[in-house]
Amino acid sequence: MSTQKLKEIITKVLPDVETVICWQEGFDKLNVTPIFITSPEQVEKVVWNAACAQNLASYLPSQKKKVAVVVKGCDSRTVIQYMQEGLIDKDNVVVIGMPCKGIISKKKVQKAINNEPVEEVTYTDDSIKVKTPSGEKTIAIKDVWPSKCATCQYPTPIIADHLAADAIQSDKPADSVYADIAELEAKTLEERWAYFSSQFDKCIRCYACRNACPMCVCQDSCIAETRDPHWITQRMNFDEKLMFHMIHSLHLAGRCVECGECERVCPMEIPVAKLKKKINKEMKELFDYTPGVNPEDKPPMFVFNVDEAKIKEHKL
Amino acid sequence: MSEVAAKELRIVGFLCNWCSYGGADTAGVGRFKQPTDLRIIRVPCSGRVDPMFVVRALITGADGVLVSGCHPRDCHYTDGNFYARRRLEMLKRLLPFLGIDDRRFHYTWVSASEGARWQQVVTDFTTRLHTLGPLHKK
Repeated sequence: MSTQKLKEIITKVLPDVETVICWQEGFDKLNVTPIFITSPEQVEKVVWNAACAQNLASYLPSQKKKVAVVVKGCDSRTVIQYMQEGLIDKDNVVVIGMPCKGIISKKKVQKAINNEPVEEVTYTDDSIKVKTPSGEKTIAIKDVWPSKCATCQYPTPIIADHLAADAIQSDKPADSVYADIAELEAKTLEERWAYFSSQFDKCIRCYACRNACPMCVCQDSCIAETRDPHWITQRMNFDEKLMFHMIHSLHLAGRCVECGECERVCPMEIPVAKLKKKINKEMKELFDYTPGVNPEDKPPMFVFNVDEAKIKEHKL
Repeated sequence: MSEVAAKELRIVGFLCNWCSYGGADTAGVGRFKQPTDLRIIRVPCSGRVDPMFVVRALITGADGVLVSGCHPRDCHYTDGNFYARRRLEMLKRLLPFLGIDDRRFHYTWVSASEGARWQQVVTDFTTRLHTLGPLHKK
């Protein structure tokens, strides 16, 4: 079992680092929460299963000392993006890679069991068995995974000092990644506006998407809350909600690693990542750039070419 | 008097201090007739134009936004407009996805000597917006 292998790696790595960041069981079997391991006896608490959805790489920029972090394939792109932007020093980070066949979306599981209390959950390779007061239910992981897993291109971490299981190849077609964006693009301007305005109108501006976002590194200086500069007011209307989402999207232009944390944490189930994915699609087309894939790349908004091959002047 | 005979629209223009603002000045000194819908905001460089300036203007009541800077390779600060070009192109492609007509946003390059070109840009952009009508229906 790869959990055993993971524990062995953590035990081996622990003496060289200050902390190992991993997952442990939360208040029930369906919930997993981070654990910061500093002593060998904590290693027993480590879990690895389909509920390990949180992107632990998000903790890296705030770490002062040498740490080890456990990442899934999608999370490893965060580490690479941090390296591209100089937000972490790779010499101070040990990456433990966890090849992953897909995780579950807690919200989708809860819908599947009619929001009943969870008594016991058993995880197997491609399904979960949930025990509730009204009986047991077996759910296939692919029926309850977040949309990012359905088009996953990187099941094995791209960067890893240790791998806790055998590498997996992606079996999803590469052009499926932006299929949802292409579907929206096929609609008319009015339909898209109706879609996005109804979605963003649900926003309660809790900023959970921003707090969970690994690339939102401004922390207390985020202009969504500062008074100087005063970009948005606290008025609770559609314009300000839209403005907040534009701030989030534009500040992630060419940086979003599509880890799906924003959509996972959104209490209103807004498709927060759509605008960012659209920008990524354009970045791919304009600059042949995919965020978080190659540590040597530079994010496209950080650099320029004197002659841009694909940007044509717009005529009036 | 506006060149366009219709109710005036709100168009915001972000012009770089060194080229386009000078170009607009040249057009004024030359007494070229222009529509009056455009309200100009002078910025040090087109590289100063955060795409969020454009978004904020459109959200808070502008019907269209025009950004103009020095021609590529002519930037007063060497490379400001190269960064601007990437950012504004990204925004130009994002706006229609959100459901805002990208014809309401235009970015171009006008040098300080191009008074006639400035007149052309303002007239064409204003005419285009008048065919589109107001963005905010009050």
